[in-house]
Amino acid sequence: MPLTGTAPTFVTVLLRGLLAGLVAGLLAGTFAYVVGEPHVEAAIAIEEAAAHTEPATGGHQHDEDALVSRNGQRGGLFLATALFGAAMGGLLATAWVLLNRRRRTVDDGRSGLLLAGGALLGAVIVPFLKYPPNPPAVGDPATINQRTVTYLLLVVLGLVAVWSGSLGYRSVGAQAPVWLRAAAAVGGFLLVTGVAYVVLPSFQEVPGDFPATLLWSFRLASLGTQVVLWTGIGLLFAALMHRQRAATDARLAG
Amino acid sequence: MSSSTSSQPLVHPAAPTRLLWTVLATVAVLTLLAYLVAFDQGAVSRSGTYLHELMHDGRHLLGVPCH
Repeated sequence: MPLTGTAPTFVTVLLRGLLAGLVAGLLAGTFAYVVGEPHVEAAIAIEEAAAHTEPATGGHQHDEDALVSRNGQRGGLFLATALFGAAMGGLLATAWVLLNRRRRTVDDGRSGLLLAGGALLGAVIVPFLKYPPNPPAVGDPATINQRTVTYLLLVVLGLVAVWSGSLGYRSVGAQAPVWLRAAAAVGGFLLVTGVAYVVLPSFQEVPGDFPATLLWSFRLASLGTQVVLWTGIGLLFAALMHRQRAATDARLAG
Repeated sequence: MSSSTSSQPLVHPAAPTRLLWTVLATVAVLTLLAYLVAFDQGAVSRSGTYLHELMHDGRHLLGVPCH
């Protein structure tokens, strides 16, 4: 059977990842617009009320003479999530190609879904629990650089934790019962996550008079945006790879 | 690796060096794109803070530290 020329090239896989990421980014943007924007607006109202009582201490401008109007920022939300989604989809496709020689599952779609799930856990949920996102009016501008660096570090460590979990899973032999392999995976994941949480600094910068319900709603909306993004990337990438494989198989059979 | 109906290599094994460079370039470009959305304040994009302000809401709702 002539096999050369039938396997998807890197570019083929990459294009599917970019497309999946772009569409998932637009879906995430829609979710963020509907669910998250009201909370951003409410937080900005609080920020501006505070700015009127005390002199500005830097940070963003949200008034009408700002560089980008509020309507512009609401529209820019879709640009941000679409571009970010495409970048993440492309990186997922790249990881898929790099890992696919040693991966344990035969199915293209399953490995794509596992990777997206791993990214959601490591790059989103692990950082979210230690450094939950803040709405406007929360956060000290003086520590933004430190918070950005530690956040990025935790994204990397979260992915390392997922990798450590998969190592744990595989370190227990395939003959072992599945609960034992799963326990090893959880242990490997929690070990790295726990060390990262203890070693990295914490920041408590929520003003005492900031409404707790607004903070909670905003953070849920922000987490939901990322969940929509990664669920969408995983499902769409798996679907596109399945179609690609089905088309290739049909060509081979025909 | 166990085989199924389609057990051919999933990516061309040919020209591994070229693949390596393509992968590295792709990762660099995509990382730059994510950086522009999530962190840039005009230092790389040379747009002043226009892009930063334009994508302000997206950054907040994607959960990136903003201000």
